[in-house]
Amino acid sequence: MGMTLTEKILARASGQPRVQPGETVWAKVDVLMTHDVCGPPTIGIFHEQFGKSAKVWDREKVVIIPDHYIFTQDEKARRNVDTLRAFASDQQLPYYYDVGTERYKGVCHIALAEEGHTRPGEVLLGTDSHTCTAGAFGEFATGVGNTEAAFVMGTGKLWLRIPPTLRFVFEGALPPYLMAKDLILTVIGTIGVDGGTYRALEFDGDGVYSLSMEERMTLINMTIEAGGKNGLINPDQVTIAAVKAKTKKPFEPLTRDADGSYLKEYRFDCRTLEPLVAKPASPDNRATAREVEHTKVDRAYLGSCTGGKITDFLAAARVMKGRQVKVNTFVVPATSDIAKGLETHRVDGQSLKAIFEAAGCVIGPPSCGACLGGPLDTLGRLNEPMVCISSTSRNFPGRMGDKRAQVYLASPLTVAASAVRGEITDPREFLA
Amino acid sequence: MAHSKKIPDVIKGAIYVVGDNIDTDQIIPAQYLSLDPSRAEERRKFGWYAMSGLPEKGQGLPKGGVAFSQEGQAAGRFPIVVAGKNFGCGSSREHACIALQEAGVRAVIAEFFARIFYRNSVNGGYLMPCETQEERLCAAIATGMDGELILANTSKPVLHVAALKTSWTLSPLGEILPILEAGDLFSYARARGLMKPS
Repeated sequence: MGMTLTEKILARASGQPRVQPGETVWAKVDVLMTHDVCGPPTIGIFHEQFGKSAKVWDREKVVIIPDHYIFTQDEKARRNVDTLRAFASDQQLPYYYDVGTERYKGVCHIALAEEGHTRPGEVLLGTDSHTCTAGAFGEFATGVGNTEAAFVMGTGKLWLRIPPTLRFVFEGALPPYLMAKDLILTVIGTIGVDGGTYRALEFDGDGVYSLSMEERMTLINMTIEAGGKNGLINPDQVTIAAVKAKTKKPFEPLTRDADGSYLKEYRFDCRTLEPLVAKPASPDNRATAREVEHTKVDRAYLGSCTGGKITDFLAAARVMKGRQVKVNTFVVPATSDIAKGLETHRVDGQSLKAIFEAAGCVIGPPSCGACLGGPLDTLGRLNEPMVCISSTSRNFPGRMGDKRAQVYLASPLTVAASAVRGEITDPREFLA
Repeated sequence: MAHSKKIPDVIKGAIYVVGDNIDTDQIIPAQYLSLDPSRAEERRKFGWYAMSGLPEKGQGLPKGGVAFSQEGQAAGRFPIVVAGKNFGCGSSREHACIALQEAGVRAVIAEFFARIFYRNSVNGGYLMPCETQEERLCAAIATGMDGELILANTSKPVLHVAALKTSWTLSPLGEILPILEAGDLFSYARARGLMKPS
């Protein structure tokens, strides 16, 4: 019997010829990532446990990316970035992306990929639930807490239980009105927000391999919304080319065995799927956009690791070009590279930035922004009960601010169409 | 099975009851995450805001409207939380475990936990995460009832609720028991010589 990709990666990382679901292993970590919310407490635990003058196990493997609370007057948020800066300097960390400098990136999960830190076959742990995003590159990636991250900082390893694997096969290329967001909302709507708990989610089928790297990241990013431990796509030539374009570091991809054992397999035909939303207040509260069309919205939001990449903005711009939004609409690029890309990427000759500005959108600086609410002065935060349609990942009560607010999750195409109409709208209305 | 002193024999006190899929944004809303829990004077404030993200109708089942915490309040009003499925889903923030601990919670009993919250509870030694497949405890127990969580036998933890004249046997603490017994991941690893890079 062969192994799934998750099993193969964790077997190699733990020095075992093979592993089986249910086993606990000590896995070596290739990259540990932290940010401004979980970094300072992680650093606190690291010094408490390993000593005031302790050094990280491998400074080439610790990546620190401030991204959560950046454009705020919150003094403590600034203090937290100071803590990261001092630690990076003291430890001489080469991969610290400081606020207020040319190196500043923005949302860590996207920045990791832009900077070549996501590599097939490796183990990446991060103090953020959406760390799973890097599984799009064919590596084992999952979120950890501060205590675990501090342990990894000192030792380079962590105990992990080998999860059983669920397999999701998407057949057929996506029609132009569907995006990876619709695929993952299909999965979450099918298995529920707890259907992947303690499990790996692997994705397959020509529908998945036809996706760009950014779209693959969206798909895997929300595996945590099904409770998944990690998500994975077998690396192919698209993956390898994308990684080699970003890093000269050597890496050894692994691919799943043909006869690996899966707990359960789900098959979907992309040609029969429809644009979806997740209604308030759970990512598994699935409906088609058409089932809830004419639902009035007060705000639209495009941003975050889930929905703030160039592909996401190209899709939204296709809908918004030559049109006006009817509700307050926020465009928050995930990273500074993407922010620059808004000026260089074009639809029908017009830059994304020009299209969004002409449509009446507010463009914000790159960060996690209002996806998780954040400090009260965060741009786009839902500071009162209102209805918002968003390309972000999570809509539990209070996620984007006020706990009485109602958030609908949808693809950037559906968010853009809804912004133009001021009510939830299937994007096919705008795509000729 | 006998156990070390890190696991209390009994946790007693009033129970706070919540439903399914209580995510970490509800346990500790993101607006408070600029507080740094590695600083003592900031850490205790997490207890003031614990569970403040619950919608009013979900604040203490079955009736709702029972605020779990308030600013400046002393910890310890509800040492036991009973939840439905998938407690602690969503964000990986360890602040969620810290908020509950600072509010005086010593155990959460759920049908099952989201995995990062579960690992954080155990590895950080914040609280006892107990699971039960037996029945919907969150539908059987009302907020404010007194409970006794008996952990003297870790392979057969028991929750006793006098007002209901009922005891429930919970799932064995299982493979995480050695870490719970040691107190946290660091104590566990230090005792086994696992604290060095390998």
